[in-house]
Amino acid sequence: MQLAVLGGFLVAGMAPLLHHWFGARTPLVMALLPASLALWLLAQWPTIAAGDSLLLAWAWVPGLDITLTFLIDGLAWLFAMLITVIGALVLVYAGEYLRGHRDLPRFLVVITAFMMSMLGLVLADNLVTLFVFWELTSITSYLLIGFNHTDLAARKAALQGLFVTVAGGLALLAGLVMLALAGDSWSLSELTQRGEVLREHALYTPLLICLLLGAFTKSAQFPFHFWLPNAMAAPTPVSAYLHSATMVKAGIYLLARLHPALGGTDGWVITLSLVGALTMLTGAFLAIQHTNVKKLLAYSTVMALGTLTMLLGIGSEYALIAFVIFLLAHSLYKGALFMVAGILDHETGTKDVTAMGGLRRVMPLTAGVAGIAALSLAGLPPLLGFMGKELMFESVLAAQAWRPLILLLAFTAAFLTLAVAAIVALRPFFGPLRETPRVAHEAPRAMLVGPALLAVLSLLFGLAPGGLEALVGATVAGLGAPAAEVSLSLWHGINLPLLLSLVSLLLGLATFRYWDRLRARLARLQPVTARGPEAGYEALMASIVTVAGWQTRMLQNGQLRNYLVMTLLVLVGLVGHALLFRHGLALDFALSLYFHEAVVAGLMVAGAVAACVMHSRLAAVAALGVMGFSIALTFVLFSAPDLAITQLLVETLTVILLVLVLFRLPRFATLSTPIERLRDLGVASLTGLLITLLMLSVLAGERLPRISDYMVANSQPLGHGHNIVNVILVDFRALDTLGEMFVLALAAIGVYAMLRFHAQEYDARRRTPREESEHD
Amino acid sequence: MIRSGTLILNAAARLLLPLQLLFSLFLLLRGHDEPGGGFIAGLVAAGAFALYLFAHGRRALRAMLKVSPRDLVAMGLLLGVLSTLPAWWLGEPFFTAQWWTIPVIDFKASTPLIFDIGVYLVVLGSVLTAITALVKTDQQDEQR
Repeated sequence: MQLAVLGGFLVAGMAPLLHHWFGARTPLVMALLPASLALWLLAQWPTIAAGDSLLLAWAWVPGLDITLTFLIDGLAWLFAMLITVIGALVLVYAGEYLRGHRDLPRFLVVITAFMMSMLGLVLADNLVTLFVFWELTSITSYLLIGFNHTDLAARKAALQGLFVTVAGGLALLAGLVMLALAGDSWSLSELTQRGEVLREHALYTPLLICLLLGAFTKSAQFPFHFWLPNAMAAPTPVSAYLHSATMVKAGIYLLARLHPALGGTDGWVITLSLVGALTMLTGAFLAIQHTNVKKLLAYSTVMALGTLTMLLGIGSEYALIAFVIFLLAHSLYKGALFMVAGILDHETGTKDVTAMGGLRRVMPLTAGVAGIAALSLAGLPPLLGFMGKELMFESVLAAQAWRPLILLLAFTAAFLTLAVAAIVALRPFFGPLRETPRVAHEAPRAMLVGPALLAVLSLLFGLAPGGLEALVGATVAGLGAPAAEVSLSLWHGINLPLLLSLVSLLLGLATFRYWDRLRARLARLQPVTARGPEAGYEALMASIVTVAGWQTRMLQNGQLRNYLVMTLLVLVGLVGHALLFRHGLALDFALSLYFHEAVVAGLMVAGAVAACVMHSRLAAVAALGVMGFSIALTFVLFSAPDLAITQLLVETLTVILLVLVLFRLPRFATLSTPIERLRDLGVASLTGLLITLLMLSVLAGERLPRISDYMVANSQPLGHGHNIVNVILVDFRALDTLGEMFVLALAAIGVYAMLRFHAQEYDARRRTPREESEHD
Repeated sequence: MIRSGTLILNAAARLLLPLQLLFSLFLLLRGHDEPGGGFIAGLVAAGAFALYLFAHGRRALRAMLKVSPRDLVAMGLLLGVLSTLPAWWLGEPFFTAQWWTIPVIDFKASTPLIFDIGVYLVVLGSVLTAITALVKTDQQDEQR
């Protein structure tokens, strides 16, 4: 499975090549990947249904306790199934939606990479792995929202989504580290067993806050909900996949996964149920103010995410069952509805529901699919959505904390959602046929198969809920209610939830009836809603830019010597503090040196002093060279040939580089005042003193076992090499070397870019055409 | 200021270049057991090409190298990353060194060697990128 996911990224990278071979059929070919993964998952079902979980172990960095281990239990299975099945359908759908689009290969690359990241996220057992995949979903989502990169609004929305989710990701990282410290494990399967320890731990409150911030930003909970509707700038297949069925549920998944470990405390229950209920209401309330069909659906997604969070907050066995049903129902109907929205947009050329009407006559199949999915969204029998809503009401009625408030919020959200469902399903399809920018006709089959399948599934599961019992049971077991009795049925008899449903049906229909008038009234609230959290986000971004500008002017004023002073002072401060106060000085040295050693050391000092006092640049460079070669000589004397050769070569190349820039520099000039020179002398002496003391105290007491002994002893047996320096570089510490290779490459690119763009600016100023435009 | 065309430098660069490159390869391959290795070998090769550059100019170097120095950097990074993968394939932790002996010539090939070649290319490419970029701006200034 791990290989399949990692290989999936490879397939993603091959999309342009596949597009070259298969042309417009590429999305169908690529859909085979998630489809086959779904089949594999299906084959694992007997194990999952028996209540067991699959642990696929794979070490990644064992030294740091990081594994690529995948854990497939009921919860992970459900999510993975949704990701792969809807993923395959979305790919088929996107092939038609983006037919002939210039950037189709790019789209396929990113969406497949996203699919694999999401799959890795829900299957990962290790916290670090989970975080890596989490961030990958943020990045790929950024690329997908900004898919139409020539559109300013799309770019802005993409950046907003990225900032909000990545800021949450940082909080999440802190939270995960604290979680691992408190639970003394990086493995989710072990952490969920240690709920008692975790809930009592001193770090519980800070780690909960950090984790919740991560989950709330990702899953667009109030007050971070604003990025999700803006993300609708993405192409519709992306909205259908990322922003309803999968990515925004990542936060929900994390909360569900951690529920057995962290759930049940006052902080958890109150925060989650209140934030969830508030998000529900915000989503539903904002939804009915919009006429853009995608925005309507996006806000109703915010409402659904709020419901899920609230149910996890309530946390009773009943609420957990409701959670699973609602999750499944929402993924099915919202995926279908988004794809229908894409069809409407594609076929009519408008996204405004008030501009459409009577379309059922020209696109009957689409109308049918939209009708079924909307019934599920509205929570009407006999669809899965109805069951989800009934269970939700029942859980809310049994909630422990803040029951009346939560009930009020949930009830209002429910009838507003019903109105949204009616708007989406009735407005475009019924009434007189309206003129649309494009002449509407039935959607092609490839675009209908996805939504139709999802809608039919909502209907089937609603009619035969018994088929779901095993799945719900296995999933709820992963949520911390292992022995739950799950019996699902459509008809619960006449009870309070049913009455609530009836009242909300009437209120919802009334809202739909007077929608136009209501919208006009609500438009007057615009100045108030405009001051929502999004305005806060804008203000925060603006202030970050201001602060960045200020600190850049203060600290990075373009004078190299100031940077150097700053860097050295920080070094002296930190290392000096550690040396003097944490470890204490231990000076114990006896001077025994040979004459030639003294000569070399004297040369070094002379070179350094000369470089400072010379009044010609060439002489100063030569003096520095003397110093460099003396250092090389020291390496030779103390038998470190590798270092000596490197030092010599570096000195030589430095001379070459200096020769190239030397004559371009301005005349040698004294730029600093005597006081500044004294300050610089002070900083330099302090640094020198510190390094000397550091060296002496390192040599004086062998406080720690020497690591070089290990290297010397193991270089030949483990690294198969006699040159210890090289074995360390390319084997023992190869990861460090790899990092340095990237640094070197970046430095080279930096030099290149600086010289090249500087030259361009220079040219632009002089208004002369560039003589050489070829790349070099 | 680079003025190419003096006879002695030209001839020396032409003769020395193959020797220096051979020497750098020698350093690279023996690096695991004797002083040497990718970093040093890369610096030697960079020095060789720099000499050639000074003698014959940027265009001649470009014509001889065929690839842009920046592509060398990219190839080096790619080799470095690729050398981490065989261990994964065998189910061992990331970056575990793998050793193979090529039968006929009795040559020990290994992922550390591939990695070292990556280092070699990155060092060579980076230094050459910096030098050629400097030389280029140089010539542009002269033409004005």
